[in-house]
Amino acid sequence: MQKITKDILIDKSIELLSSGKVNRVLGWKNGEFDYDVTPYVFKTEEEIKNDFVFNGFSGANFSKYLVKETLKSEEKVLVFLKPCDTYSFNQLLTENRFARERVYAVGIPCEGMADISKIKALTDEAISKISFEGDSIKVDTLYEGEFTLKCEDVLLERCVNCKSKKHVAYDELIGEDGEVIDSHRFDQVEELERMTEDERFLFWQNELSRCIRCNACRDVCPACTCEKCVFDNPESSLNNKAISDSFEEKMFHIIRAFHVAGRCTDCGECSRVCPQNIPLHLLNRKFIKDINSFYGDYQAGEEKGARAPVVNFTFDDIEPGEAVKRGDGDNA
Amino acid sequence: MRKCSLNSLSDIFSKISESNTLYLPVDTNEGAAFKKWEEGTVMSEALNTNRSAKDFFFPQTEDLMEFTVNKKEIEIIDTRKESEDFVVFGVRACDMRSFEILDRVFLTEPYDSYYATKREHSTIVTLCCTRPNETCFCTAFDIDPTNAGGDVTAYKTEEEIFFKSNTPKGEAFMKIIEAFTEETSDDSVNEIKDKTKAILKKLPLANLSKDSFGGGKTEELFEREEWEELSSACLGCGTCTFVCPTCQCYDIKDYNTGKGVIRYRCWDSCMYSDFTKMAHGNSRNTQIERFRQRFMHKLVYFPENNDGIFGCVGCGRCLSKCPISMNIVKVMKTLGGDK
Repeated sequence: MQKITKDILIDKSIELLSSGKVNRVLGWKNGEFDYDVTPYVFKTEEEIKNDFVFNGFSGANFSKYLVKETLKSEEKVLVFLKPCDTYSFNQLLTENRFARERVYAVGIPCEGMADISKIKALTDEAISKISFEGDSIKVDTLYEGEFTLKCEDVLLERCVNCKSKKHVAYDELIGEDGEVIDSHRFDQVEELERMTEDERFLFWQNELSRCIRCNACRDVCPACTCEKCVFDNPESSLNNKAISDSFEEKMFHIIRAFHVAGRCTDCGECSRVCPQNIPLHLLNRKFIKDINSFYGDYQAGEEKGARAPVVNFTFDDIEPGEAVKRGDGDNA
Repeated sequence: MRKCSLNSLSDIFSKISESNTLYLPVDTNEGAAFKKWEEGTVMSEALNTNRSAKDFFFPQTEDLMEFTVNKKEIEIIDTRKESEDFVVFGVRACDMRSFEILDRVFLTEPYDSYYATKREHSTIVTLCCTRPNETCFCTAFDIDPTNAGGDVTAYKTEEEIFFKSNTPKGEAFMKIIEAFTEETSDDSVNEIKDKTKAILKKLPLANLSKDSFGGGKTEELFEREEWEELSSACLGCGTCTFVCPTCQCYDIKDYNTGKGVIRYRCWDSCMYSDFTKMAHGNSRNTQIERFRQRFMHKLVYFPENNDGIFGCVGCGRCLSKCPISMNIVKVMKTLGGDK
């Protein structure tokens, strides 16, 4: 699944750590199983040798961790960034959310990350071992024996619709850089646009009514870096730990989508972490698609310091009435 | 013990529904979830539901009372209703234990009448596990998934289903299904149990030890330096607490309707920054403290105050749901010196 191996990243980590260029490494730590890797800040060579892992489950986007991590020390932290992570990295820099000089960013190529729930659905709920061999995945199960799956069949949604293999920010790159991809990521948004208003309302009602307000989507989102979220602030009158009526859970997600509009890079972390399997990325993609259609193609995070169309003004900007009309699906 | 062919199961469900609302696990977009049985509903084959069964007794939000305001008069309206009889079918041993844990919280003084009415009117039919997952570790907390308990214990094979009553409510359930089932010896399920027990021993988490935890371990564990590395990647979201069958903390809030106030309670999470916020501020200001609280509660404080019963049932939901894959097993192994 991944062309680069964990050994390459371990060597790179130890090289940078022992040269004193960085004093810690933000990487992935192995878990109980082959798929439950955890983001972890490694401080010693020994820790790295014992516990560093990189495989088809190293999906977590590290960019947001830099906000917290760069406040801990003036020395540089080494971070490994997949192409999609670099867009979040740039976007956070644009918003001055962390000190660039405290980070040493190593870009790593990515062939797409695996979705354990898709693997379980195609094999057995009970997994004993998973190993990656080129373009296939070997899965041993507790009850149904061994399976060989194609990597492309078990990718995370965001990787099925990968928008770019190109790194837009790094200090150093391992391997060759890729290209921006002409993806199909708006196909499902278009399907929703083709629905009638009632059908669309029912679709979202069905999806969002499952929300348990765990806030995982917000807490993992690299665009959500407010020090005190309005939904956590007892002074705001909006703070809520649960739905107070049937309309309320929709408001939470819609307000959040508005708040990150123009800043969301479509990294897909929200949908990856949702314990209730709500396709939250579709809300954000609708905004991205509309912004592209109203103001010309724009990719948040592509260029550090870029002004997003929604916080900029030009005389050619679309009139609000026209935006409402075309946002309603008539924006071909 | 009574048994019937699996083919009769839908007739049984139909019969139960005549006198009780019947809930059972059904495959949905979120994964398996407890849904109300209707003609044609198919029971999920998944090992367990995506969310736990605690919602039946302790729903995520629940209205407690209402106030209406008329000039200087405030009227308090008691909105409590007696629950209707219902049956929950297919609860696993882990979730069954969670009810016993919740009972210890809600049914001791101050007695929680909202919880109690639902408990009183429920009949729980457990379903013993035959294919536990790699994430299962209920046996670490002395739970026997081959003897799941509840009002009725059920065992399922490829062809048949067996029912054993454990309580008077269970006896009443057996009466309802009597015409569809036939008497059989309790030994008929021994083979199923033995097979599962052999599997349990081979599960990857079979040897997870709780020896380093329990009542009286506060001083030993509280200041351990490993809490920092364990909690360092924690996002502070509420996923683990909300999918957990035993997490029982809630907040009480007022919702202004414009004409008055609806006072409701909703699940709260010790992972949240405003958890237990008081007039003086918050007692746990960092994520390390919040993270530590959750695991100390389950592994030390709860057993200390509840005759040694741990506050975790080993269902494995937090293992598969945590966005960063941090969970109670990693905490126990790290602090227990098994890692």
